[in-house]
Amino acid sequence: MNIYDMTLHQLRKMLSEGDITVQEIYSSFAGRIEEVESKVGAFVNLASDIAELQAHKAADRWSEGRNVTPITGLPVAIKDNISLAGVPNTCSSKMLKNYIPPYNATVVEKLAEDGALFIGKTNLDEFAMGSSTETSALKITRNPWNLDYVPGGSSGGSAAAVAAGESPAALGSDTGGSIRQPASFCGVVGMKPTYGRVSRYGLVAFAGSLDQIGPITRDVHDCAIMMNALSGHDICDSTSADVPIPDHTTGLKQDIRGLRIGLPGELFHEGIDASIREAVYAAVDLLTGMGAECVELSMPHLEYSVPVYYILATAEAGSNMARYDGVQYGYRASGAEDILDMYIRTRSEGLGTEVKRRIMLGTYMLSSGYYDAFYLKAQKVRTLIKNDFDRAFTRVDLLLSPVTPTTAFKAGKRADDPLQMYLSDICTIPANLAGLPAMSIPCGFDNGLPVGMQIIGKPFDEITMLRAAYAYEQSTDWHKRRAVITG
Amino acid sequence: MIMEYEVVIGMEIHAQLLTKSKLFCGCSTEFGAEPNSQCCPICLGFPGSLPMMNRKAVDHIITTALALNCTVARESIFARKNYFYPDLPKAYQISQDDQPLGEKGYLDIMDSSRRIRIRRIHLEEDAGKLVHTEGEPFSLVDYNRGGASLMEIVTEPDIRSAEEAAAYITELRSILRYIGVCDGNMEEGSLRCEPNISLRLRGAKEFGVKVELKNINSIRAVQRGVAYEVERQSQILNEGGTVIQETRRWDEANGVTISMRSKEEAHDYRYFPEADLVRVVVDNAWLNRMAAALPELPQARRERFIAAYGLPAYDAGVLTESKEIGDFFDKVAAISHDYKAVSNWIMGELMRLLNETGQSLEQTHMTPEVLAEIIALVDKGAINLKSAKEVFEESFRTGKAPSKIVADRGMTQISDEAALSGIIEDVIAANSKVAEDFQAGKEAALGFLVGQVMKETRGQANPAIVNKLLREKL
Ligand SMILES: [Zn+2]
Repeated sequence: MNIYDMTLHQLRKMLSEGDITVQEIYSSFAGRIEEVESKVGAFVNLASDIAELQAHKAADRWSEGRNVTPITGLPVAIKDNISLAGVPNTCSSKMLKNYIPPYNATVVEKLAEDGALFIGKTNLDEFAMGSSTETSALKITRNPWNLDYVPGGSSGGSAAAVAAGESPAALGSDTGGSIRQPASFCGVVGMKPTYGRVSRYGLVAFAGSLDQIGPITRDVHDCAIMMNALSGHDICDSTSADVPIPDHTTGLKQDIRGLRIGLPGELFHEGIDASIREAVYAAVDLLTGMGAECVELSMPHLEYSVPVYYILATAEAGSNMARYDGVQYGYRASGAEDILDMYIRTRSEGLGTEVKRRIMLGTYMLSSGYYDAFYLKAQKVRTLIKNDFDRAFTRVDLLLSPVTPTTAFKAGKRADDPLQMYLSDICTIPANLAGLPAMSIPCGFDNGLPVGMQIIGKPFDEITMLRAAYAYEQSTDWHKRRAVITG
Repeated sequence: MIMEYEVVIGMEIHAQLLTKSKLFCGCSTEFGAEPNSQCCPICLGFPGSLPMMNRKAVDHIITTALALNCTVARESIFARKNYFYPDLPKAYQISQDDQPLGEKGYLDIMDSSRRIRIRRIHLEEDAGKLVHTEGEPFSLVDYNRGGASLMEIVTEPDIRSAEEAAAYITELRSILRYIGVCDGNMEEGSLRCEPNISLRLRGAKEFGVKVELKNINSIRAVQRGVAYEVERQSQILNEGGTVIQETRRWDEANGVTISMRSKEEAHDYRYFPEADLVRVVVDNAWLNRMAAALPELPQARRERFIAAYGLPAYDAGVLTESKEIGDFFDKVAAISHDYKAVSNWIMGELMRLLNETGQSLEQTHMTPEVLAEIIALVDKGAINLKSAKEVFEESFRTGKAPSKIVADRGMTQISDEAALSGIIEDVIAANSKVAEDFQAGKEAALGFLVGQVMKETRGQANPAIVNKLLREKL
């Protein structure tokens, strides 16, 4: 087995047994990037200087047996909308192509303290607005399982990097499914933690009330390891929750007998490809066989999730994007006649079509005379959706559903059909609206492309989700398959 | 025909709060630092940064709300006010819209004869400052002030004259200083006031077209600016014209208001809740703590000074304008019971010296004990008033004890008749012409002789006794 095909916990075991060195690990992944990156295109910028320095320090920690954590010496790729001081944080936008942040995101600080190696910054849909990574203004990322297909998005670069063996783990951000959908398209594990579980400080905001940073890994055990590294209250993010953090790895091996799992009918509707529904139902059978009690239930307000999401997310996005005005940093158009002209030119030239579309939508939603009809009403429906979840969780411990209506689609196929793209977020959006933890794990293949299933949990109960996911994973081998990159 | 108009004024105050750090980050708020030296990713709005609430700023708002008789919101939320301007790094200001921290209060002015209702008090962040250089095709931005904590206090349109406007600001500034939330410095802009002024026919229900005034840097400017604007608007109306809704700038040097911009295009700020901050929940414990820490306010203190010390209203007003002076009066009055004398010393010598030196009382050597001792020395005739003032000034500057100054400088007043008799006889002998004038009925001649005696005694003779002896001997 190639080193670059291994998981975090496998690499960790070999390090601790002295079978491998940090340098060998770093070289293996760096070599793999050299080999496949021109085809996959997962990274916007590599952070080789930083990673090499970190590798030296991590090697010292291992040789001195001092301060060794489960990820010391192991690479983690970082989505290019999370601040790593000294390396451009482009958000895959022309606007921030040359913007170098002077500070670290809290998650970056945490991972650095744990001794991770920041191997590079991964591509995304511009400002995380998109579901295919095709709105990136800087490069194209391809699905490692089939290079003609998109990796999903917006964390497409992170999911592709992990699936292609360029990094054993990566950070993504999820506003409406941006971790889970690409994880599903690329056959890896992705988790959006409970809102407030992981600090958002340093994550470039798309929609602050929905955004959450989370890990993308090759298996469930690694997901738990990353959750341990990322979780925790942060005074720099007032929305981060001051609640106890469990060890996410301890409960993994407990059985799932008696675990109650709900199947919301609204997320299995006919718009979902039959092959995907079948794969998820097969998983349901397997879990039932292991002693879980699976029941169908109805959550009537979920059908409004997409419009509610696109009102709230764009309203926030329009405001969040306003700071890119060419005054302080990033792109500034030349030849402006006055300040207004500078704003208009800078934003017209610096931002892409999808971002502009959402800014305009969001500005409209908040405009005088429309606020009550759109923003306020959407907030009310958001509450109804939350109530649906509260009710469901009085009956069940977890919810199970597909992640996406289809497997990965061909590059360019939906680029001109934003509405179709928006509607495909139906399964992932509800968890963001309700602030709940949700993850995607591989549950099959269709025509050589991965299929994922979604597990949604109660607030701050990631541990139960991980237990069910681990039990499922142990009796299947989808997660052991590796993409063969050809072409 | 000249119509009779009623003046309607509402006031918006922005007060920079006395917090060591800015509202959402740890940057210093000190005035006068090098441009852009007090900034960080948070107050510069760098991508990915988030605001952290400064609890001290919320404390200050609660205290102010209590002092202005407002209802304190138990749950308060923040909102984004969206607009593009280079001094606003995020292109939105974090402010409050619905559910401000304080609402529905009032402030009494003009010896409690007028009540000005407070509509709301809220917390928001300040913007940076644009620096324009004459002749350059660009502007520079200084973000040092950006993100500083700012309190907005809005009144109902209850103010009816320039005098009331000035009284409102005077009283409000005094309160803000008493409770320690704002230094009240209008010149440096830590207290900014924007009156909006309109006129309507007396008895009318509808409001007239209002004009907002900016660039008011002193209380005098409030009075002058508002008075000018009232005059300007009534002239327009009397000539059958219409007032334009606009913002006007007070030009202090020329004593006029100048049009800045008209408000034909209403701004749509697209307020919506700030998701990056959790709601502020003010529980009973927090509210009680703030209420318990509230000091005696100027109005209550004024009334107490009149009732308990028998001071004239004028004295009580002057002594309570600043908390520091009022506190000082209370401390001296606890030792020295000639309250009017205490008041005279503070309003006279103390305030004169504070003005001259530009110091705050705390920075000087003056203490309640020193002043009480000086008053006692005068009272028992040990020194005369003229010497006492010299002693006061030396103590003020050096901290030297009054009794020591009197002894060292040989200032003790001579009241001993035997000792003075000889000197007086010599003076009469040396000025026999003047003495004869007095005896011939020329009263004024006596003053000259007293002066001569004082001169002989280097000012230490007790003037009352000198007077008495002179009359006896002549
Ligand atoms: Zn700052």
